[in-house]
Amino acid sequence: MNNIFQKRRARLLAMKALRGTYLPPEQIITCPGCGQESPRREVADNLSVCPKCGYHWPVGAYYRLGFLLDAGSFRELDPKLPAENPLSFPGYPEKLQTARRRTGLSEAVVTAVGAIQGQRCVTAVLDSRFLMGSMSAAVGEKLTLAVEYAGRNRLPLIIFSASGGARMQEGILSLMQMAKTSAALARFSEKGLLYLSVLTDPTTGGVTASFASLGDIILAEPGALIGFAGPRVIEQTIGQQLPEGFQRAEFMMEHGFVDAIVPRARLREVLGQLLMLHGKGGRHG
Amino acid sequence: MAEPLTAARRVSIARHPQRPNMEDYLQALFPDFFALRGDRVCGEDPAILGGIARFHGQSVTVIGTRKGKTLEENLKVNFGMPNPEGYRKALRLMQQAEKFRRPIITLIDTSGAYPGMQAEEHGQGEAIARNLYEMSRLTVPVIAVITGEGNSGGALALAVANRVLMLENAVYAILSPEGFSSILWKDASRHEEACGLMKMTAPELKAMGVIDDVIPEPAGGAHLAPEIAFREVERSLLLHLSQLNRQKGSALAADRYEKFRSMGQLSRREDV
Ligand SMILES: [Zn+2]
Repeated sequence: MNNIFQKRRARLLAMKALRGTYLPPEQIITCPGCGQESPRREVADNLSVCPKCGYHWPVGAYYRLGFLLDAGSFRELDPKLPAENPLSFPGYPEKLQTARRRTGLSEAVVTAVGAIQGQRCVTAVLDSRFLMGSMSAAVGEKLTLAVEYAGRNRLPLIIFSASGGARMQEGILSLMQMAKTSAALARFSEKGLLYLSVLTDPTTGGVTASFASLGDIILAEPGALIGFAGPRVIEQTIGQQLPEGFQRAEFMMEHGFVDAIVPRARLREVLGQLLMLHGKGGRHG
Repeated sequence: MAEPLTAARRVSIARHPQRPNMEDYLQALFPDFFALRGDRVCGEDPAILGGIARFHGQSVTVIGTRKGKTLEENLKVNFGMPNPEGYRKALRLMQQAEKFRRPIITLIDTSGAYPGMQAEEHGQGEAIARNLYEMSRLTVPVIAVITGEGNSGGALALAVANRVLMLENAVYAILSPEGFSSILWKDASRHEEACGLMKMTAPELKAMGVIDDVIPEPAGGAHLAPEIAFREVERSLLLHLSQLNRQKGSALAADRYEKFRSMGQLSRREDV
């Protein structure tokens, strides 16, 4: 087997994953969920989940792929498909440059082919550090290419959403990505293939109103904000404060829009189980 | 030739309270309209009106967002901002059109999907997503006409069409210019500046390939001579419908897919 390549890939992903943490840099960090302090190291070792209350910090795309995929199975798809400036929007190229420098990502989504518990799959992960995980033409295109790759190769597809919604600077083209990705998923589904959608904090706007809501099975991380309109917009519209827990993952499950809430520590196992249940008697190698 | 209007000016024409609305177009262009109501899940959304009608000798399904001309009328139709029930009703009527091989015509004038508590509880995002998904594979002709404002996913949920047409002073955008400037610059008062940057007017979107045709309006806007606007919309619908009527169902679905597949396709660059 390609052992050397596998090891090299695993090392590369591990290096990229190092930059994928959202935890504050201090030695002792305060949890936004419970307000208690924990050593940073302890939280980091716990997949960026508070050991005291289970609060899930957002995590970066490579970090997530790092703990999700079998070691050495990661191969990135379309790594060099960066955003352009279709509306010639002033200041947008500079904003993109800053986001790239800060995150080490070329765009707000990473797409890859890999394996979970020996089962090959295509995975796309949005990263909310990159301009709020907003939907650019490049994000829509990368997602669509990943859906098409999975369709051509008859592989299951997993998309992790994390997005503030539209990429304002790309205007209507951002909106069109909702139609493009949804149409690609319809074609994918017609082939009888499996799409698992995992909603992470936050999943809002055009992402909720397109691919994130179209999974055969929809999972969510605990406490994730999930909705179409943002809480601030709703509060302005109705002129009152929203109740505690509104639009959180647990609320969305109660209202029938999420199949299960899966803590990060169990994600790999649950996805592996769902892939197995849709597989043909387990596929190895 | 008169000087082209600024985007901000077109926004105010598109929002003019006397601009022809869904009911006006139904009355002028679609005889024998019969309204169909309810999403068959839990509700009926008056912000979306839909039903069956005749158009030049052919039965069609017509669906549109509704705006009123007075405050009282607008309160009844939630100012043209649909709830999930409305999108689900629209989908039901589209799937019915598919069954009976009727072309679908949508008329869009909305400031967006309603951002309310109940709309979220009932899955506004899921309802819109489902429409995008299902509309992409319909095998009957679908024509969308943006008659006023077409904002956000709330407009797109009725606009995954073979032909997307816009009235000359209509606007089509990711969200309102006020919303755009308050998100981008935290300052809603800069909306006129936003209008200029957003590329939301019919001529700009035609040049970008996002829409297929611009329908001319009488000078100063459709509200000044509605009859002229009706005839122009009718002429454009007839032209595009007669072209689409000649296509096979599978070709209609494939063409619609390709149209949206190519939106914002990028060149693969290596110089990141
Ligand atoms: Zn905590």
